[in-house]
Amino acid sequence: MSFSLTLTLNGAQRDIVLDDPRVTLLDLLRDRIGLPGTKKGCDRGQCGACTVLLNGKRVNACLALAVTLDGAEITTIEGLADGDTLHPVQDAFIEADGFQCGYCTPGQIMSAVGLIAEGRAGDDPERIREGMSGNICRCAAYHGITKAVQEATRRMDAATKGDAA
Amino acid sequence: MSVAKPLPHDAAPLHVTGQARYVDDIPLPVGALHLAFGLSTIARGRILSMDLEPVRSAPGVVCVMTSEDLPFANDVSPSAHDEPLLSDGSVHYVGQPLFLVAATSHMAARKAVRLAVVDYAEETPILTIEEALAADSRFEEGPRVYGRGDVPAALARAPRTVSGRFEIGGQEHFYLESQAAIALPQEGGDVIVGSSTQHPTEIQHKVAEALGVPMHSVRVETRRMGGGFGGKESQGNALAVACALVARATGRAASMRYDRDDDMVITGKRHDFRIDYAAGFDDDGRLLAVDVTHYTRCGWGMDLSLPVADRAMLHADNAYWIPEIRITSHRLKTNMQSATAFRGFGGPQGMIGMERIMDHVAHDLGLDPVELRRLNYYPSAQAVSEDASGGRISAKMKALTPYGQVVEDFDLHEMTEALLASSDYAGRKAAVAAWNAANPVIKKGIAFAPVKFGISFTLTHLNQAGALVHVYQDGSIHLNHGGTEMGQGLFQKVAQVAASRFGVGMEAVKITATDTAKVPNTSATAASSGSDLNGMAVKAACDTIRERMAAYLAQVYQADVTDVHFADGHVTVGTERMSFAEAAGKAYAGRISLSATGFYKTPKVDWDRIKGDGRPFFYFAYGASVTEVAIDTLTGENRILRADILHDAGASLNPALDIGQIEGAYVQGAGWLTTEELVWDDKGRLRTHAPSTYKIPACSDRPDVFNVALWDGENREDTIYRSKAVGEPPFMLGMSAYLALSDAVAACGAGYPALNAPATAEEIWRAIGGMGDEL
Repeated sequence: MSFSLTLTLNGAQRDIVLDDPRVTLLDLLRDRIGLPGTKKGCDRGQCGACTVLLNGKRVNACLALAVTLDGAEITTIEGLADGDTLHPVQDAFIEADGFQCGYCTPGQIMSAVGLIAEGRAGDDPERIREGMSGNICRCAAYHGITKAVQEATRRMDAATKGDAA
Repeated sequence: MSVAKPLPHDAAPLHVTGQARYVDDIPLPVGALHLAFGLSTIARGRILSMDLEPVRSAPGVVCVMTSEDLPFANDVSPSAHDEPLLSDGSVHYVGQPLFLVAATSHMAARKAVRLAVVDYAEETPILTIEEALAADSRFEEGPRVYGRGDVPAALARAPRTVSGRFEIGGQEHFYLESQAAIALPQEGGDVIVGSSTQHPTEIQHKVAEALGVPMHSVRVETRRMGGGFGGKESQGNALAVACALVARATGRAASMRYDRDDDMVITGKRHDFRIDYAAGFDDDGRLLAVDVTHYTRCGWGMDLSLPVADRAMLHADNAYWIPEIRITSHRLKTNMQSATAFRGFGGPQGMIGMERIMDHVAHDLGLDPVELRRLNYYPSAQAVSEDASGGRISAKMKALTPYGQVVEDFDLHEMTEALLASSDYAGRKAAVAAWNAANPVIKKGIAFAPVKFGISFTLTHLNQAGALVHVYQDGSIHLNHGGTEMGQGLFQKVAQVAASRFGVGMEAVKITATDTAKVPNTSATAASSGSDLNGMAVKAACDTIRERMAAYLAQVYQADVTDVHFADGHVTVGTERMSFAEAAGKAYAGRISLSATGFYKTPKVDWDRIKGDGRPFFYFAYGASVTEVAIDTLTGENRILRADILHDAGASLNPALDIGQIEGAYVQGAGWLTTEELVWDDKGRLRTHAPSTYKIPACSDRPDVFNVALWDGENREDTIYRSKAVGEPPFMLGMSAYLALSDAVAACGAGYPALNAPATAEEIWRAIGGMGDEL
C-alpha cells in the first residue's frame, strides 16, 4: 500500500509517495529527498539536532510522521537563506562562534528561528537559554549560541521596526 | 600574519547552511547496503546456538555474517588483539556484537537483527570492583605502583592525617554524531573507507588486517566528525571493518551508523574510578605524605586502559609537591563496555582525587582551601630556573613530580593570584558564609580548583606527525596533515600556520580532509596534541617550499636569499615585489618543486612507564577556576551560579577557538561531575542508554555568569608559535563545580561531606543526610 501527500518544502511544492506509513519526516528529508542538512542525533526527540520548522513552528523531525503532513509547509536549514544572503540567525551564529563540531548547528539555528518567532524570549539571556534547552550541544558552545540568538533577535527587531517606519 | 587572529571555524559558512558533510551525509552509490550488528543480551557466558535463519529471510537482508565468515583477523582492538569484531562464541558484555547484517536499508537491517534466536550458557558476570578483585580479574599482572619515600612510615609520623574513599563515575561521550563509516569497493580488492574517526591510520590498519591486504590497499578519509572527545579514537574500528568486509563480500558500497541507543550500549566510555586515600600533614597544612589507590573498571577489553590508568597516576599529584607519595593503580577487567579514551584520558580522575584530598585536609584544619593549595604548590618557574643551591629542600627538589620530571614551567602562583582578584573570591566567600548563616534551606558554596595537565602522548612514539603541502602555479595552497577535525578548530589553526609561513591570506589555503593516502602513519588526534604536532609538521613542509622558492628567486634576481621575504600576499626579492601567485608561477616555470612533506617529533620526552620514571611530558598546561553554586537542602537540586576561569593556552594560535574550547570543556567537565550518571543493573545492563536517562548539560545548565580569560604568557618550550595545547586541560576546570557543591553540603553540618561524583541531586541529598542534624 502506498501513501501520497503534497507538502511545501523550502518554498517548493513536493509530491511524495511513501511505501510505509511509519517513515518520519527526518528520514524522508535525509534518506528519500536527499536533504542531509537536518541531522539525526538521537532519533527519539531528546536532542533537538533534527529541528525543522513545520508551518512556522519548531518541531523535532524525528517525531513527526511524514504521512501526517499533507499540505504542511516545512522549512529546513537548506531553505533558510535567501540565495546567497544568509538569514540573520545564520549570520549571528558565525559571528558569535555558536558551534564547534557543527553537528547540532542546523537544529540550533532552526530552533532559534522558531524561538524568535514565538516572541517569548526577547533578548533576555536567561529566557533564551531556557528556550534553547531542547537543543543539546555536546561541545557546549552555549555561550556563543545564546549570544547569537540575542544578537539575531535584536537585529530582526530593528529590521521590523525599520520596515514599519 | 594569520596566526593569533580570532578567526571563526574554517567550515562556519557550511555549518550554518547545512552543507557541511558528515560521513552519513555522503551520497551513496546505487545498491549500497546498510549494516547493523546483532547484540548480546547477557553480560557473560557462551553462545550455545545462534539461529539466524529468520534474520536471513527478513525483508531486504542481503548478507549475514558471523565470526566464521571472517576470512582473516577477527579483531578491532587498538592494542591487545582481544576484541573480536564478532563474538567467537564467548560473550563478555551486554551489547557485544555477535553477528552482522547487511540490508537494503538502515531500518531493514535494524529490524532483521532482532529476529535472531540466540541460546546462551550464562555465567555470573564480574561487574563490581569487589567482584573483580576477588576474582583477580585485571589487566597486567598486578597493580602498578609509582612514587617515592616510605609512605606508611611517613603517614605514621605525620602530626595529622585524614583518610577516605571517593567514588567517581564514568561518562558517556555523546558525540552528537553517532559512530559512522562507509566503504566503497575498488578494483583489485582495494577499498576506500570514510570514517568518523580521530584515528584514520588505525582504521586503515584494522581494515587491512580484516581483509588480509597490505595497508596500501586501504585508503581512509575523514573530513570531520560531529564530536569525538576520545570516543572516536578506537571505537569506530568495528563499523569501518564491518563495512569493508561487506563491501569485499558483496562488491557493493556499505554504510553503517549506530543508532543512538546502540551506540551507548556498544561503545566504551570514560573509566569510572574508586580512590582510597590517606594524607599526612603538619598543623600548618603542609602535606608530608599521600597514599592513593586507584581502582578502575576497564570493561572487557584492554583498549587504551593501560595508558588511561597511567595518566591518572601521572596526575595524582595535580599541582602539589608531596615529599613522600605512593600511587597504586588496579586496572580491573569487568563484563561491561570496554572503557576507552575520553577527554583528559585518566588525568581528570587522578587529579580530582588529589583535589578531594586537599579539600578534606582544609576542612580538617579549618583552613581556607585556596591557602592550603597555594602552600603546597610546586615552586614557580622563576624559582626553579634561578635555583642553584642544590640543597636538600631546594626549589628544584620541590619541583620534582612523583615520576621524576621537574616542573619547570609552573605558572599557577601568578594565575591563582590573578583569578582570585578578578573573581573577587574573598568577598564572595564571605558573602556565601553570610548567606549560609542566614538561610537554612538554600545553601551556597564556592570553590577554587587549579589544573596542571601534562602534554604529550605517554606512549612516546606516538609523538610524531606528518604533513603534505602543495603550492599550485596560481599561488593557491593545498594543505593536508594527519590531524582530524572534530570541532576543536584544528584545521583552522593549522591553516593559519600555513598562511603565516607563506605570508598569504587565509583564502589562499585550501584545508583538505585527512587522508591516509596523503600522510601515512599518523597518530590519533588525541592527547590535546593536534595543533602542537600537526602545526609543526605543516610549518616544516611550508618552510621547505618557501626556501626552494626563495633560493630560486634570489638566483633569478641576483639577490641574497636573506633578502627574499614573504608577507602581505607578496614576495619581495631585494627591490623586486610580486604577488605570491606570480612568485609561484615563476618558480613553476623555473622547474622548482612546489610540493613538500613535513615531519615533526616532539623533543625531550623519554620515560619508563613500568617504573613510572622519566619525562613523559614536553610541558604542562595550566588553568584555574572558581565556581559558586546553590543547593536546595530539601531536594538536592542545585545550580551553578557563576564560574570564573583563567586558562593558559600559551601564545594562542586563535583566541576565539581557544576560548570556545575552554568554555565547552568546563561545561563538559562539570557535567561529568554533576549530572551525568551511568547506571548498570546487576545483570550488567546499561540502564542509561539514551538522553532520556542520561543527563548532559543543556543551554540552561550553563552558569548564569561565566567569565573566561586567557592567561597572557607564552610556552617556555619551543612549540608552534609558542602556543599550548588546549583540547583537554580545561576539561578539569569543571572540578571547581564539584568542590563548590561539596562546600555547600559542608554548610549543612560539622563533618566533612562524603560527596561522591557525579554529585547528582540524589547524591547531594544523600550526602546532606550523612551530615547529621548539626545545622
